[in-house]
Amino acid sequence: MRLSEIIDLTNAKVVAGNTEKDHNLQRAFSSDLMSDVLTLDTEHILLITGLANLQLVRTAEMADIEVVLLARNKSATPEMIELANETGLVLLETPYSIYRSGGMLFKNGLAPVY
Amino acid sequence: MKLEFDIASGDFSKAGRASSRIKKMLKQLQVDTKVIKRIVVAIYEAEVNVVAHSVGGKMIAEIDGTGITVVVQDSGPGIEDIQKAMQEGFSTATKAVRNMGFGAGMGLPNINRNTDDFTIESEVGEGTKLTFRNNF
Repeated sequence: MRLSEIIDLTNAKVVAGNTEKDHNLQRAFSSDLMSDVLTLDTEHILLITGLANLQLVRTAEMADIEVVLLARNKSATPEMIELANETGLVLLETPYSIYRSGGMLFKNGLAPVY
Repeated sequence: MKLEFDIASGDFSKAGRASSRIKKMLKQLQVDTKVIKRIVVAIYEAEVNVVAHSVGGKMIAEIDGTGITVVVQDSGPGIEDIQKAMQEGFSTATKAVRNMGFGAGMGLPNINRNTDDFTIESEVGEGTKLTFRNNF
C-alpha cells in the first residue's frame, strides 16, 4: 500500500520524513511494546503505536521500519521529529485509535505481519 | 576496525547511539542488510539492558573481514540466575523501563536469536559481560 493511501485512510498528518520517496508498504504491525517490535524480521512494514517517545524512533531505526503511525492524537516531540528526520523515518499522526487505524488499513488490503 | 562506546545508566534519550553508529558503519561497508539488522537488533537490546539495569558500561565492537564481534560489559547488580534471565518473559525491569516500551523479558533471548555466537558471564554485585558475534 502506498504511503499516500495510508495517510488518506487514517486521516493522518506527516510530521517527519520524506514523503516524496516512494514508500510502498506490504504489511503492518501494531504494538506499544518495543521489545515485541524488535523480534520482527519482516521488512517494509508500517508500525501503528500509541507510544510516543524517542525509543520508538530508535527502535524503528534498528528494526528497519520505514513508517510509524502515532495513534489517537499522540504527538511526536521535537526530539523525536529531529531523530526521525536524521534516520529517514516517516512519522505520521492520526486522530484515529490503533483499532480504527488498523481496521481501515486491513479492510483496504494492508496485510498483517502475523 | 574497533569502535568503543561508553553507555550511561538511566539515560534513555541516548540509548541507541552506539547501535546507530555501528549500523551506519556496516552500511558503509556494504554488509548485507539482513545481517546488519540481526546484529544491530542484538546490539540495541544489549545497550538498552545496560541503560536499564546497570550503573553504566562499555561496548566494544570489532569488525574484521568475516564478521563483527561485540563485547558489552557493565558494572551493576549482575544476574543471579542466568538460565532464568534467558527465559522469554522473565524480567526484573522497573515500571519506568516498562513505560519506555521495554522490560518485557525478551531482550536476552532476542540477542541469542539474532547472533551466531553468544556468551553471557555475570557476577552478582559486580556486573555482566555479554560477548556475541555474527558472521557476514
